[in-house]
Amino acid sequence: MINRNEIMETVRMIREHHLDIRTITMGLTLFDCITDSARRTAEKVYEKIVREAGELCAVGGKISAMYGIPIVNKRVSVTPISLVGASGGEYIGIARAMDRAAREIGIDFIGGYSAMVQKGATAGETAFLKSIPEALATTGKVCSSVNVASTRAGINMDAVRLCGEIVRETAYLTRDADSIGCAKFVVFANAVEDNPFMAGAFNGIGEADKVINVGVSGPGVVKTALATIPDGDLTEVSETIKKTAFKITRVGQLVARTASEMLGARFGIVDLSLAPTPQIGDSVAHILEEIGLEQVGAAGTTATLALLNDAVKKGGIMASSHVGGLSGAFIPVSEDAGMIAAAQSGALTINKLEAMTAVCSVGLDMIAVPGDTTAEVISAVIADEAAIGVVNNKTTAVRLIPVYGKKEGESAVFGGLLGTAPIMPLSRISPAKFIRRGGRIAAPVHGNKN
Amino acid sequence: MKAFITVIGKDKVGIIAAVSGLLAARNINIEDISQTILQGTFTMIMAVDISEAKLSFEELSAELDDEGKRLGIEIAIRHEDIFNAMHTV
Repeated sequence: MINRNEIMETVRMIREHHLDIRTITMGLTLFDCITDSARRTAEKVYEKIVREAGELCAVGGKISAMYGIPIVNKRVSVTPISLVGASGGEYIGIARAMDRAAREIGIDFIGGYSAMVQKGATAGETAFLKSIPEALATTGKVCSSVNVASTRAGINMDAVRLCGEIVRETAYLTRDADSIGCAKFVVFANAVEDNPFMAGAFNGIGEADKVINVGVSGPGVVKTALATIPDGDLTEVSETIKKTAFKITRVGQLVARTASEMLGARFGIVDLSLAPTPQIGDSVAHILEEIGLEQVGAAGTTATLALLNDAVKKGGIMASSHVGGLSGAFIPVSEDAGMIAAAQSGALTINKLEAMTAVCSVGLDMIAVPGDTTAEVISAVIADEAAIGVVNNKTTAVRLIPVYGKKEGESAVFGGLLGTAPIMPLSRISPAKFIRRGGRIAAPVHGNKN
Repeated sequence: MKAFITVIGKDKVGIIAAVSGLLAARNINIEDISQTILQGTFTMIMAVDISEAKLSFEELSAELDDEGKRLGIEIAIRHEDIFNAMHTV
């Protein structure tokens, strides 16, 4: 029997420390929508999303009422559109169909305007990549991702070069809204096929037809738990994070299972990631500061983040029958009050963030950079992150926003969960010759495992 | 089906009467009540059986929320599964 203290602990986590379900994401396969007519494919994509995910928001509302916990986002991820649209030879129409469907069923975002080109791109995929800026600029809810590298395949530097250009063009096309289009585009190394989080969610080709993936949250809960052991050593810190992550993840597992049953879908995974929001009390940076840094960005930031990331995984893994997605700690600058403050004060630099990406679950995420940053510099940042991911056998990602017309010291304001981003300086030393060489960076020795 | 109702807020006359009256009218049985007052903050936990309730969980949750607003306190209901999930292995 549950006791009074346990009941009140759960209630406090939700009402005082921002415990919530960050997203219920339905993965949908669109292979059965493929036709040789681009227009017909787009129609079928629209019909399938509305048919299969039409109840997603209503079910989210029911579960939220039943367990008394906010479910912040309801999303859909689909088969990479570079594959779905290949036969019809046109992609933008599918992006618009996805956007229409997302609006019709009331979801927050739809992901999967994506391509997997880690080793090479087909002619169709290259055409698809070139369509991304227009797709992002002319839709509101469509998110896009490109996987340019993997530990098995190495890094496709031609794709890396193209992605730098995509980011620049998207920034220009959405210049009236602080280049917000770039917030909906992420470049991956070792992308995962069951990620419930945006902008990088897509339903991988190894996935079933209709799958529920759930992302939990709870940085505030972890920070509050750590505040009860101000003098504990780092073993105690880790144990406390593990216990808290276990509890948080159990709620994610419950919601994922309930949502799968109610929607007639398979239960996919629970993503353990600690996902911050710009709200006070919901910051990953503040957890690192609670562990003992004066401000995030200090020496020791990488070590504390490594500890946090590891403990979250260890606590969460036993709490869910299937853990997946990105599962670790997110460090999106604009979406985390502590990161924003540290970036504004100069405590946190892009160089430090790059080091942090070697030990957290993703990469350089939601970082605003000067609008005059060249495509080659953006590509080179992507290459650096991809190298970290490929060599360390982990997922890394880049979501940079070169804010059109703005420079260091100014801010980009995206609103809502996307937050506010102080524009951070990037090295202006040119990597252009390296990027223009093109070709591939070979897989590392340990990528050849068989 | 069991659920827990938590009531949190400034203590005043009639909180238990209001909540239990609402529940009785919706055919919801109260199985256990415990309450404390700590530094003027009233905290009550009610274990209830909602199997025979005359309304859906969502409707009940909304009604309790409205009643809480009327009384100037917070009233929430959660299915027992969330507590079991979090606190039992």
